[in-house]
Amino acid sequence: MSNKMHIKLNVNGKDEEFLAEPRELLIYTLRERLNITGPHIGCETSHCGACTMTIDGKSVKACTMFVAQASGKSVTTIEGLGGPDDLHPLQSAFKEHHGLQCGYCTPGMITRAAKLLEENPNPSEEEIRFGMAGNICRCTGYQNIVKSIQAAATEMNAAKEAAE
Amino acid sequence: MIPAAFEYHRPTDMDGVLAVLAEHGDDARVMAGGHSLIPMMKLRMADVPHLIDLQDVGGMSDIELGSDSIRIGALVTQADIIDHEGLAKAAPILREAALQIADPQVRYMGTVGGNVANGDPGNDMPGLMQCLDASFTVVGPDGERDIPAREFYEAAYMTAREDDEVLTSVTIPMPKGGYAYEKQKRKIGDYATAAAAVQITKDGGSCASAAIAMTNLSDTPIFSDAAGAALVGTSLDDAALKVAVAAMLGDIDPTEDNRGPIAFKKHVAGVILRRAIERAWSRA
Ligand SMILES: Cc1cc2nc3c(=O)[nH]c(=O)nc-3n(C[C@H](O)[C@H](O)[C@H](O)COP(=O)(O)OP(=O)(O)OC[C@H]3O[C@@H](n4cnc5c(N)ncnc54)[C@H](O)[C@@H]3O)c2cc1C
Ligand code: FES
Ligand code: FES
Repeated sequence: MSNKMHIKLNVNGKDEEFLAEPRELLIYTLRERLNITGPHIGCETSHCGACTMTIDGKSVKACTMFVAQASGKSVTTIEGLGGPDDLHPLQSAFKEHHGLQCGYCTPGMITRAAKLLEENPNPSEEEIRFGMAGNICRCTGYQNIVKSIQAAATEMNAAKEAAE
Repeated sequence: MIPAAFEYHRPTDMDGVLAVLAEHGDDARVMAGGHSLIPMMKLRMADVPHLIDLQDVGGMSDIELGSDSIRIGALVTQADIIDHEGLAKAAPILREAALQIADPQVRYMGTVGGNVANGDPGNDMPGLMQCLDASFTVVGPDGERDIPAREFYEAAYMTAREDDEVLTSVTIPMPKGGYAYEKQKRKIGDYATAAAAVQITKDGGSCASAAIAMTNLSDTPIFSDAAGAALVGTSLDDAALKVAVAAMLGDIDPTEDNRGPIAFKKHVAGVILRRAIERAWSRA
């Protein structure tokens, strides 16, 4: 019954086309089929946020989306934000301010935080905690994650001002 | 967690949706944000041989503010509700409630239509819509009809919507007076242990009208006519609050689960309702 369907995705700026069963969850497609292993699988039940990516401008938990639903859309994962040689300000800030320990939650944290800062470039601590509530970290106690996001916001706002 | 295989349909108009529903009957089901349905499919608690994705069906993503009512398309998300400044002015209880649903990622995906059509007693919008006396427009093979939110919920996951009908919009009479959506949950992103939606109007120092609905305390949302009536004509003194809480407790029927035993849930329901009434009154 379940025929494979033709899927088109734009992932981190690159067009991808392939055949997949519609029921495949997007997080699996990226990790197993496209070898994009930045986004992680934690809970698989839409609670932990490790699989968070940006899809057509929304932060989404990719363990709760069928690849069929995502067809035709643009996806940004941690790989699309910065690389080893040109870290995104959030990546540098997490490194600098100890926003990670084991790092398992970090890709989801950073893709979510990037979207949060896009919507609200000057979030208060409370706004950061509220905006990051869909992401769970087992290691850091969150304090340093909040600090990292604040530091990145400052850095990004300064860069924006300098560019203007 | 891999759901059972299904045939995926993505029609671009409502005729296309209704055609798949007509052809496959019980075997077909619509999906909006998927954030209630996909978890059920992953756990194999829902079997959906034909899945109809509504995302490309136009005309269901608008929020329209009229002079005496508000119309919200079924595909409007919780995030859209939170972002809409005009709506926050006209009916601030909607934003207050939406901010307490799940977490940011889920709110980007979860729709108003999915939340009210789902029939899960844990969903927050159904009680809220009962409090606001909303009505739901559904379309099916015989055309359109409106169903009042207060008559929509029959049992857990059983509603007055027929299997071959699709919910297209929610219409809310322009709310008046003070409001509060108060929710007790175990952690952020959790469904309610108990939640209360309250809308109150004031005339001089006394309560002119009060609408009260409770969430996750029965197998349907509970609109407590008696609790609201207990407040009307009073100045919301302690005695009136006690009568309203007792009336509400008489209408709910909680069951024991991982959120606690029955006595605890009743206690929490009372505390939450009291808080909601006091906050709504202070804003009336
Ligand atoms: C981690 C997590 C936490 C959550 N916490 C909460 C919470 O605190 N409070 C809360 O209220 N919800 C919560 N939810 C549920 C979430 O808000 C859902 O997204 C929402 O209830 C359903 O909306 P949806 O658009 O995702 O519906 P879907 O999952 O797509 O559909 C749900 C059901 O409704 C039917 N349906 C959908 N749209 C229509 C339509 N237009 N016409 C007819 N039938 C339709 C579907 O067939 C299905 O049976 C949570 C979800 C998750 C994953
Ligand atoms: S793996 Fe998707 S939310 Fe946990
Ligand atoms: S750093 Fe280990 S889970 Fe967050």
